Amino acid sequence: MVSSLGELERAVMEVLWDRGAPAVVRDVADALAGRELAYTTVMTVLDRLAKKGFVRRQRDGRAWRYEPTNTRAGYVAQLMLDALALTGDRDAALTRFARSVSTPEAEVLSQALAEARPEDDEQP
Amino acid sequence: MNTALHLLVTLAVCLLAVGPLAGARWVWRSPHTGILLWQLLALTVVLCVGGVAYLVAPWLGGAVAATLLAVFGHHWLATLRTRRQHRRILSLVARADDAVPGVLVLDHPLTVAYCLPGLRSHVVLSSGALAALSRDELAAVLAHEQTHARERHDLVLLPFLALRPLCRSVADAVALLVEMRADESACPRSLSMALRRFTAVTPPGTLGMADAADAAVHARLSRLSAAAAPLPWWLRWSAVVAGLTLVSTPLSFLVW
Repeated sequence: MVSSLGELERAVMEVLWDRGAPAVVRDVADALAGRELAYTTVMTVLDRLAKKGFVRRQRDGRAWRYEPTNTRAGYVAQLMLDALALTGDRDAALTRFARSVSTPEAEVLSQALAEARPEDDEQP
Repeated sequence: MNTALHLLVTLAVCLLAVGPLAGARWVWRSPHTGILLWQLLALTVVLCVGGVAYLVAPWLGGAVAATLLAVFGHHWLATLRTRRQHRRILSLVARADDAVPGVLVLDHPLTVAYCLPGLRSHVVLSSGALAALSRDELAAVLAHEQTHARERHDLVLLPFLALRPLCRSVADAVALLVEMRADESACPRSLSMALRRFTAVTPPGTLGMADAADAAVHARLSRLSAAAAPLPWWLRWSAVVAGLTLVSTPLSFLVW
């Protein structure tokens, strides 16, 4: 089965999110066994995700352990904040159908975002 | 000196026109003409200011041009960066849905629909929007968003938003016209019902960002319900000719 890189990145992220604990490349490759991916392919995808800032890796003995930098809900909340124009000066980035949101909803979203990434300061 | 006077008079005419045009409702009847008029007006102002600066001292003209380019460039790059990050996250968390082919769906209960513009634009709906809208309303929302994507309204808005700190009312007026232009592509009845569903989440009188946005939504709703005919062709043409006349003043001096 041929998969595009984007689709692979997504599948790998889903594995990491479902696991809930740092994983080595082998763990991810095993979880995606149905796709018959080469070990090196999984490694490349994890590497790309790390470069984009979606996963961070830590040395564990001779292997790297990977974990997501943010939860799935956290990313969705981030997109919603963009979409609702609550992120301030990024107005030109999207065109919305109708920009309207009540203050409590905005607060819930911001909270979800803050909870999803504790002590993560390097995010722009 | 004569040239400077010409430029200054043209500039004054433009600046005097800004207020009335920003408040004008007749342009709502033909948003396309309105947008064109704003573009011509903005171009005239920029050329006049640059021209006068150049006449005062050539280096000053250069400085004005460089500053403008820097402001646009900075805004454009920041926009591209935000979009790239947004697109990357979308590819990780959004899904396709059989109910709306070609549209990305985000699983979130709030009612949201937007377009992420670019060489390959994406229309995105929240699952909340998908659940709240009827089939006709959904079609209207998608037609609206696809018009934004097709006509690259983000590029139309870019210079105005980059200069928004200088003149808020102009940027807001152009943004409203762009929305109205996109509204033209959808069935008015379904569209106004959809708009109401989107705004239903907002209790009236909430403060902050929502206020300006709400005013825009109300303007769109009243335009849709009035269903006024587009401006007659001769009026549209007169408006465009007036705009072209304004631009031609600084242009003629530049060419010389």
